[in-house]
Amino acid sequence: MRCALVGRPNCGKSTLFNQVAGYKAETGNFHGTTVTFTASKVRVMGTVLDLVDLPGAYTLSGASPAEREAQRYLDREPVDVIVGVLDASRLAQSLELGLELLQMDKPVVLALNMLDEAARLGLHIDGSGLAEKLGVPVLPLVASKGRGVRNLFVAALDAAKKGQSANHRYGLDLRTPQERHAAGAELAAAFSRQGERHLNWRDRLDDLILHPVWGYAVLLLILYIFFQTVYGLGSALETPLLAVFEAITGKVAAPFGEGSFWSQLVIGTMQGVTGGVAIVLPYLLPFLLGLGLLEDIGYLPRVAFLMDALMHRIGLHGKAIVPFILGYGCNVPAVMSTRTLEEPRDRFMAAALATLVPCAARLAVVFGLVAFYLGPIAALGLYAFNLFVIALTGRLLTRLMPEDTPGLILEIPPYRVPTLRNVFNKAWFRVREFVVEAWPALIAGSAVLAVLNFVNAARYIDLAVRPLTWVLGLPAEVGLPLIFGILRKELSLVMLGQALGTMDFGSALSTVQLFTYSVFVVFYVPCLATLMVLRRELGNKGMLWISGLTVVVALAAALVSRLVLSLVV
Amino acid sequence: MRLIEIEQNTWVQVTGVKGGRGLQEKLIQYGFFIGDRVRVLRRAPLGGPLLIEVSGREMALGRGVAEKIEVEFLP
Repeated sequence: MRCALVGRPNCGKSTLFNQVAGYKAETGNFHGTTVTFTASKVRVMGTVLDLVDLPGAYTLSGASPAEREAQRYLDREPVDVIVGVLDASRLAQSLELGLELLQMDKPVVLALNMLDEAARLGLHIDGSGLAEKLGVPVLPLVASKGRGVRNLFVAALDAAKKGQSANHRYGLDLRTPQERHAAGAELAAAFSRQGERHLNWRDRLDDLILHPVWGYAVLLLILYIFFQTVYGLGSALETPLLAVFEAITGKVAAPFGEGSFWSQLVIGTMQGVTGGVAIVLPYLLPFLLGLGLLEDIGYLPRVAFLMDALMHRIGLHGKAIVPFILGYGCNVPAVMSTRTLEEPRDRFMAAALATLVPCAARLAVVFGLVAFYLGPIAALGLYAFNLFVIALTGRLLTRLMPEDTPGLILEIPPYRVPTLRNVFNKAWFRVREFVVEAWPALIAGSAVLAVLNFVNAARYIDLAVRPLTWVLGLPAEVGLPLIFGILRKELSLVMLGQALGTMDFGSALSTVQLFTYSVFVVFYVPCLATLMVLRRELGNKGMLWISGLTVVVALAAALVSRLVLSLVV
Repeated sequence: MRLIEIEQNTWVQVTGVKGGRGLQEKLIQYGFFIGDRVRVLRRAPLGGPLLIEVSGREMALGRGVAEKIEVEFLP
């Protein structure tokens, strides 16, 4: 039995999916968070249901890649029942897609989601009247609070078993989007009643958030608080955790005898473990929680609105701010989210520039090296420098590939009170990716490096990369961590300790070297996982182009910072 | 008149979209139709987008888009 969830972006489809399927789909208050479909098995009244969460679509005849994906899935896959999720607070618009679903020759159940939001707007909807008119079941739902979820799936199961066909449904004669638009408005007018609207702080908030001056001040303030909190929490946890793990490492390695092969291997392995727990996680977790919060509240589309003019300067439009912001978490979802951009040229540009954005792993490197040894101001300076380089690269790329799209078209959803469960689940989902995929690679890599170190192989790798490290004025030993950094970016930090023979980088590297190294790490070749996603989204050629570009950019940026800093410091 | 020239908080009706079928279709996907009543709620500074209200929802339209939308005042 297969059940597909279909709905407009922001209708709460993914929230519903997560309510029943545990945490699989990433939800966010922004168009196109779900760029590909997610599937999960759920048990409803003793029946196992294959639940599929399709990407948000305004229409099934749409041209955006996310919409085409939804359309293709419904056409080709054997779906037993379609659950159309309607946003009750935007009934007329939601019904346009709902009417399209009715024309499919498959059992359909409609869910009136966000009834709480509708009530806040003073809307009263006659669900049973609507059901009678349309000829399909219409169920009430508040997915964010889990209300009505069970009844919805019981109804869906029932519809699937009955196998109702499209014969007796409303609106089979509606052919064009214009006709469905008119019919949706008519139905909404007939079956909903506008009561008194309860204006509250949420309706007034945009006066400040989108203000031509204060809006940017708020944006800067939010980002400042965001990074201060992340840094504060991270460093508060990092120091004691490091101390604990170093003590453990000493205890574990002691029985093997100092300098022996096994003791080196154990120390190397433990350094990988330590790096994950004490250096990466303390920053990654607060970062992801904060980002999830901003996403859920609905702040991100507002950022797109504010940043559109600036993004045009670097040859993109406001919507491309999403890959950038996601990029600060992880480049992998950032590159995936470029799919929501309509033009291939925009997708390439956004992917290329987003891979230059320092992700959480590189954030760990920046915090671990620059912020920890040179202070938070220097770290902020590196981020500012990074933005400048991205802007410059954008301008240069625009010279090669001129912008020809008309510009931004974006829905600005109402603010929502974030559900903590959603935020925590999402952060956990992303952290799990690190723990499951990156951390083992980190530990293994650290162990391999220890072995290479023991047999002196590191020297040859360092020698091969020497021209590069020499140009940048770095010690030869950093060659190996740079190479391993392509596996996972945080290896450039963790393995640095192994390569330099101390975890106190401040004593092994000068200020200029610390900064130059960090700049190079921030820009050069994205990690293996990002490369794989780039290949999937843009093909081999796109991936190689972007990789080459990042090396050139990294070299140039690192050289500039080396030269400038040697004059200043 | 073009949407870009309309003052804030004045309701107007969309009469046409210049710039080919592509743009018109894209607007329709976002629920913006010819014949709809819209008003400009805000303008972002420095040549940024317009925030408009259409059918009870809010949308951001870049200047380039708003320049291509033909509107007329309501009678």
